[in-house]
Amino acid sequence: MNNYLPLSIISLGILAFATLMLVIAPGIEMARPEPPAGLQPYTVEEQRGRDAYVSMGCLYCHSQQPRAPEQAPDGERGWGRPSVSADYFYDSPHQLGTMRTGPDLLNVGARLPSESWHLTHLYQPRAIFEWSIMPAYPFLFEVKAEAEEGDVVVALPPEFAPAEGVVVASQEALDLTAYLLSLDRTYPAPQDGIRDDGYRPRGDAE
Amino acid sequence: MVTMGLLLALSFVVSLLALGFLIWAISNKQVAPDQHDARVIFDPGDEGHVESGETATSRPYNFDTVRSGIDAISARPVAVLLIAATVWLVVGSGFGLVSSLKLHLPDWLSDHAPLTFGRVRTLHLNLVIYGWLSQVGIAAMIWILPRIFHTPLRAPRMPLIGAALWNLAVLLGALAIANGWTDGEEWLEIPWQLDLMLALAGFFFMVPLVKTTLARQVHHIYVTGWYFLAGILWFPCLFVIANLPYVHSGVEEATVNWWFAHNVLGLWLTPLGVGTAYYFIPKIIGKPIFSYSVSLLGFWGLALFYSQVGIHHLIGGPVPTWVATLSVVHSVMMFIPVIAVAINQHITVGRNLWALKESLPLRFIAFGALMYTMASFQGSIEALRSVNSVTHFTHYTVGHAHLGAYAFVTITMFGAAYHMLPRMTGRAFRWPALINAHFWLIVVGFAIYFFGLSIGGWLQGLAMLDGTRPFSESVILTKPYLEARSVGGALMTLGHILFAFNVASILLPQRAPETVRTVPAE
Repeated sequence: MNNYLPLSIISLGILAFATLMLVIAPGIEMARPEPPAGLQPYTVEEQRGRDAYVSMGCLYCHSQQPRAPEQAPDGERGWGRPSVSADYFYDSPHQLGTMRTGPDLLNVGARLPSESWHLTHLYQPRAIFEWSIMPAYPFLFEVKAEAEEGDVVVALPPEFAPAEGVVVASQEALDLTAYLLSLDRTYPAPQDGIRDDGYRPRGDAE
Repeated sequence: MVTMGLLLALSFVVSLLALGFLIWAISNKQVAPDQHDARVIFDPGDEGHVESGETATSRPYNFDTVRSGIDAISARPVAVLLIAATVWLVVGSGFGLVSSLKLHLPDWLSDHAPLTFGRVRTLHLNLVIYGWLSQVGIAAMIWILPRIFHTPLRAPRMPLIGAALWNLAVLLGALAIANGWTDGEEWLEIPWQLDLMLALAGFFFMVPLVKTTLARQVHHIYVTGWYFLAGILWFPCLFVIANLPYVHSGVEEATVNWWFAHNVLGLWLTPLGVGTAYYFIPKIIGKPIFSYSVSLLGFWGLALFYSQVGIHHLIGGPVPTWVATLSVVHSVMMFIPVIAVAINQHITVGRNLWALKESLPLRFIAFGALMYTMASFQGSIEALRSVNSVTHFTHYTVGHAHLGAYAFVTITMFGAAYHMLPRMTGRAFRWPALINAHFWLIVVGFAIYFFGLSIGGWLQGLAMLDGTRPFSESVILTKPYLEARSVGGALMTLGHILFAFNVASILLPQRAPETVRTVPAE
């Protein structure tokens, strides 16, 4: 270990090898020309909502990757079937997540399909779940003396409603809700779907 | 799938063969790092003396003329980087504390988008990784590399330009994140347009270090140099590839994300921390490390295994089974390089425990080195599928991340800073007791933080795995542990303010009170 050049070349070679194994090879394996049947691209409104989801950092508490029943009871909780790589065809940046301070959201649109529920929950999560530690997003709403035409009014129990006037959803809150409602991967998983099957009981391979 | 299984086997066999070759090479003296090489860090007469000097009572500095010339040139860039890093540390810990509080006070500071949890937490992470750890690590490299190469830093103005660019980019990145402009992936939030600026700044840090390496006056590159020189090559590659816009998408983007994020820890922060400990532990104690040959195993083992562990963040997710398994296997293999480093560093400290009394910086560094072993052992076990099912998606992982990035790297860097500062300024710390107070504040604070999150996170994971318990249980039961984390985090933040005060007190020109004129030591 007296020479700089060999040290550099071997170090970079090892990193290149790791990149091949962790990024390039799985990338080739997962590459698909087409999305699975049943997966729709995001609409303009849903995509704006997705951008809001990314910018608010929802990712840091909510995963979007239900696990297999062999590993965890995600399906029993209504979070959906185990996801496969093709389910994320239209997703960039990916929002797979690493925390479940809150529940998994990959199928929240199928599980909780009410716009009104989501608006109330975003305005004040504790209006629905007293135990919730999710942040409230009052800045996505506006308090008005009375609703104008086209306004979407948020339904609130009296103790969370403003003393006077009504709470009206901003366009960003509506977009975000549209994105949450679009989260629905309940179509059957593609036959060649790729996921980590490392928890499948032995002898039970496909 | 057969081909992928073969690839998996191939990766493992290649790593094992490489390791076997290395062991063969060491035992046959093909590469012969012997104990003599371990002494390259000492100058004649240096060895056998403990090197302290933080307190007025300890032995005065043992500057020799050659080395003080070297230090004099490094001192300015190191000071600039250290000051900037300390500012980001305090700001970043503040954001960390706010996010911790928000997890049990969800309606606190919820009126403005920049203060929402998802942004404050992101600010914390980016400021401590890019603002604090990377900069203080670069400062340590600029200080140590010229010393082990026995030659002054080349192009010493370049790091100043680099620091200006880097800090501007970190500041703009923080403003971007606060206002919702983000690339949206963990560890990669700073928008790629600003990443270009960080990359450019990195170039200004790299050139002087490489030039100094090429101009070295010693035959042998000391072990610290391997870690540092590899780190300054690895990190730019990782950073640029992972931040390329419009190239990655879907799950492939997720594999890039975790390949990057774990390698920031494994191939950037760890080399900085381990390299720094490898220099300062023997240097302060005045005795060479225990077994120099073993250090070679530690370094190449780290390169081979650590580089492939990233996908353990996606276990049970929508990635090919073989790549998750590959990362699990390599995570467990990390025991080899970690034990190699542990043998060297802990035995050297363990045989010289008296030195911990003499040198306050050594306390920080030896503690940090011990935490490297702990964090790595924990990480290897956490990657096992059965354990991962419980800990993944919980606060347990956050505790583990802090054991690595905080208890290991950050605390090592505190020690490095406390050791470098008197030698940079030629002054002693005026209040060494405050250094001791800093140590105990962060150690106690971190213990509360770590055990709180580990216990709470484990219980949270068990609750989530039990389909008969509603999800709400996994939230409610963590609340007292999240509160404990805020207590620990507050103590740590307080410690950081004390650190900033200590740094300022020695760096600021000491205004002499009317009656007492302080004479610079020496």
